[in-house]
Amino acid sequence: MRRLFLSVILLLPVHSALAGDWPQFRGPGGTGVSEEKGLPVKWSTTENVRWKAELPGRGVSSPVIAGGRIYVTAASAYRDRRLHILCIDASNGKKLWERQLAATGSTQCHPKTSMAAPTPVTDGRHVYTLFATGDLAAFNRDGDLLWYRALERDYPEITNQVGMAASPVLAGDTLLLPLENAGDSFALGVDVKTGRNRWKVPRRRDINWVTPTIMNFRGKTAALFQTAGEITAHDATNGEILWSYKGKDLGSVPSPALVDDLVIVPGTPSVALRVLSNGNTEVVWKSRKLKAAYASPVVYKDRIYAMTDIGVSCLDAATGQEIWRERLGHGFSASPIIADGKLYVAKEEGDTSVVELGEQPKILANNDLKEPLLATPAISNGAIFLRTEKHLYCIAAKK
Amino acid sequence: MRRLGNGLLIAILLLPVVCVAADTAAEALVRLKAVGREGAGNEAATRAWKEVVRQGPAALPAILQAMDDADAASANWLRTAGDAIVEHTLTAGKSLPAEALEKFIRQSHHNGAARRLAYEWLCRLDPKTPDRLLPGMLQDPSPELRRDAVDAVLSQARSQRDKDNPDAARAGYRRALTGACDKDQVELIVKELDKLGVKVDVASHFGFVRQWLLIAPFDNHDGVGFNVAYPPEKGVDPKAVYKGKDGKEARGIPCTTTDPYGAIDLNKECGKQQGVVAYAYAVIESPKEQAIQVRAGTLNAIKIFVNGKEILHREEYHHGIDMDQYVANAILKAGRNELLLKICQNEQKEEWAQAWGFQARLCDAVGAAVPFAQVPVNSSKKQSTD
Repeated sequence: MRRLFLSVILLLPVHSALAGDWPQFRGPGGTGVSEEKGLPVKWSTTENVRWKAELPGRGVSSPVIAGGRIYVTAASAYRDRRLHILCIDASNGKKLWERQLAATGSTQCHPKTSMAAPTPVTDGRHVYTLFATGDLAAFNRDGDLLWYRALERDYPEITNQVGMAASPVLAGDTLLLPLENAGDSFALGVDVKTGRNRWKVPRRRDINWVTPTIMNFRGKTAALFQTAGEITAHDATNGEILWSYKGKDLGSVPSPALVDDLVIVPGTPSVALRVLSNGNTEVVWKSRKLKAAYASPVVYKDRIYAMTDIGVSCLDAATGQEIWRERLGHGFSASPIIADGKLYVAKEEGDTSVVELGEQPKILANNDLKEPLLATPAISNGAIFLRTEKHLYCIAAKK
Repeated sequence: MRRLGNGLLIAILLLPVVCVAADTAAEALVRLKAVGREGAGNEAATRAWKEVVRQGPAALPAILQAMDDADAASANWLRTAGDAIVEHTLTAGKSLPAEALEKFIRQSHHNGAARRLAYEWLCRLDPKTPDRLLPGMLQDPSPELRRDAVDAVLSQARSQRDKDNPDAARAGYRRALTGACDKDQVELIVKELDKLGVKVDVASHFGFVRQWLLIAPFDNHDGVGFNVAYPPEKGVDPKAVYKGKDGKEARGIPCTTTDPYGAIDLNKECGKQQGVVAYAYAVIESPKEQAIQVRAGTLNAIKIFVNGKEILHREEYHHGIDMDQYVANAILKAGRNELLLKICQNEQKEEWAQAWGFQARLCDAVGAAVPFAQVPVNSSKKQSTD
């Protein structure tokens, strides 16, 4: 009876975005699921392209969208030393403003990534941008600088020679920053109004790229920080540890997912945890069918969709049993997104597979933009936004 | 007369307002430069940023000047304020103080990033700005302006090459090389000159240190050696034999690399080992006291010491290597100087984690080699690298 009482913890994602907005990495609540309907299924470099905007540099960050404004980052110049923050009108692709920063931290990284790797986050009134160089800036929607920090000046050993890429997320008025590295390694909770630290807690010393997932836990807003060796829920307001699970070979790139009372922790194998109200955890299932690579798993209607080396696997969220798998190719740096019962899978070579979900998958289209495509798609107000190496595409039926 | 009198009256009445505004703008710039670690001073800087932007294009020269002695964080506060002013001004169809901007760019004692910023603003006003300014910037102290100047010369050299004029092309590429500091540009020039029958000593061009005394192995089991100051950190005696890892003798091994990028393979020179530390020691003679940068690349954890003072440490293993991956400022004395690198190898088993080595060069803040000579540690004979 006590056990039953302890286990009744529904792990709901926490988000407050307005309908149609896509405010952070993997959209509202970081779930990777959009409520939009009637999105295009087929497109090309010319078909169903409402507009296409040229970007001033490379990047693998996703665009975020709020109030009809798109915020996107890029890096340019020799060794990615110039950092760009752009605000683009979602209706027509016109640039509304652009601000630039000079990189203050190391720009060393794997050639696949970029200094513009973390995705910005917006509350609709402000946008918070982090670069792999540790340059962190907050702007209002008109491009006024609210505050700025050079994190590598504050903490000189947070360098990640492969390239930091985890994205900041918002929990109320606290900006959560995963700065987990081989040198100095910690998580920061930053006051969104001033940019000053609210809390700073040590984290495992190893390079890591996991964007935190936000959830409710015992009435508190908890941020799940995951590394290869553990997943820990920190109270978003003060950094206090609420619960923790130590594991082996957990993922250091994909984000954890939430479904009912389970936390799905990507790894090899992946683990489904039930978190009890006293903070203890129990393993409900483990599965090697759900592999931790680059892409984060997405949960939709009690099923988990996760990328394999060559396609997508569909698992029963309650049991971890594989229901089906489908070949889609390879090169899944971006995380899959689900909207209107369809899975959108962007691939490194530039094509996006659209798969109708059901008891068996059905590939509806494979849409090639003929440019490297490593950023996770964003969906807002009837349009799909794809950030390729050089462009931002708005994929939508022409008005 | 009456009109003149009214104008004077208005001017007198406005004078305090103008002075207050000027004071406020100057104070605002001070506040932007006063931001400290962990966001200290951000609230005041936020208000100051708005005040500076409110001043409009007239504030641009002062913003640029303020960047001269601003640290990197403050410089970004200033940069974004300048960008916002320029964007608002050009969107409104108004002009920028072009003359003041060009004057600032031409004064090479100003901060290089600020001059480059002014150059970019000026280019938005006048697309012919590069043609006018870049020809004089091949040796510019601003890395970005210099890079563009090199590109301009490269474009001319390429044009001569395509016109089948090898002498002019050769001269052009040689000229470009005198300014080139960035690896990609130097590689391109070296390749083109090679086709034209000219060999370039790449290691000398970049200022790579080629002669080392390697002292190994010291213990780094479980990474313990990174923070242990083994005897070479207290002073290198080239002829000494130290007690090394597992009781092995650690004695100096002279090593000269012929690699164009100064690479030293410690597995080859010291024998393949894991969980070990190697020291690389070089004696550098400087013709004068000079501010330099030691720039190093390694897949291993590293510490750098100049004349016994630690100037950089990074405990990161097998996450990538690149030329100029680590940059540390130092001062070379006139005469004899000691450079010591500590290169730690861990015990990862993966095939990609077996590399143990490094490269290091001495250059200025732009990345151009500084003049120095290497003194072989076992003799007094010098080998010039300048």
